[in-house]
Amino acid sequence: MTERRKNILHGLRDGFPIAMGYLAVAFSLGIIAAKAGLTASQGFLTSFFTRASAGEYGTYTLVAVQAAYAEVIVMCLVVNLRYMLMSAALSQKIAPGTPWIKRILMSCCVTDEVFGISIAHPGYTPPAYMYSAALISTLFWATGCAIGITAGSLLPQHIVTALSMSLYGMFIAVFIPPARRDRNVLFAVIASFVLSGLCAVAPVVSQWSSGMRTVVLTILISAVAAWLRPIRTDYNGAA
Amino acid sequence: MEQHRILIYILLAIVVTNLIRVTPMVLIKGQISNRFVRSFLYYVPYVTLAVMTFPDMVLATPTPWPGLIALLIGMVAAWFRLGLFPVAAICCVIVFLMI
Repeated sequence: MTERRKNILHGLRDGFPIAMGYLAVAFSLGIIAAKAGLTASQGFLTSFFTRASAGEYGTYTLVAVQAAYAEVIVMCLVVNLRYMLMSAALSQKIAPGTPWIKRILMSCCVTDEVFGISIAHPGYTPPAYMYSAALISTLFWATGCAIGITAGSLLPQHIVTALSMSLYGMFIAVFIPPARRDRNVLFAVIASFVLSGLCAVAPVVSQWSSGMRTVVLTILISAVAAWLRPIRTDYNGAA
Repeated sequence: MEQHRILIYILLAIVVTNLIRVTPMVLIKGQISNRFVRSFLYYVPYVTLAVMTFPDMVLATPTPWPGLIALLIGMVAAWFRLGLFPVAAICCVIVFLMI
């Protein structure tokens, strides 16, 4: 078996469990996309080419209220900032001499989970490994979203509401483990909950869309946390 | 809504999201050295997700209680290192049973 074929098979093997999780979560994302007025094929395309759970969620909530285009741009920038960090970390895991087109394609494969397994790959991460893991998980992600848009309206409302919790569950599973490891992250999460809750009920700011609230609070709280509790200088990337 | 507006939203999301991924790969030759920038980037993902989870999760259920209980138990499950899929499933089941 050639090295390349082996990398492809390993990518599919490690990507499959991710794909199964994505299918379920993307379904609930599809329910939100349907509320925003997207068709199944539009949801499939958006999910296939963005592969950004939180970013898509933010985008759909903005589309639902017909927000300004600039709001969508700022939302995607801020909510997906973590991919910038991951891509920077990934650049250190690619073999020297890899053509730039492969480096760019690999950076486009970055999602929380595919980044996770790619960084965990021993030695340099082979492009074929990352492509195949990203491809299978992305296909399930986009399919899940399309099914959610189509079937979401066929299911009884209480089942749709229950399924819509899976997206929030996924968010929780991402921010709680680091909050357990790092007390500063825990404080930042608590501050986020408190301020976000206040902003939802306070006068004036409660008129903001939830997308606007997300962007403003993320920049504010992260900047204050970075100022009060800067990370140690030996901290190494997002890995 | 007009279809072309939806298409513009989709296109913007696709372009911006992928530019964010590609930019550091093209630009960054080494580690970012500015301590504030690195600290800011470190906190952003967790703060974003926390802000999007609360209060939206609690407001998504017919009364606040199912969402709130699912949030609390989901956080306990994630604290004890259950993965993405189990935590998501637990939240769904709790809300399904309560409404």
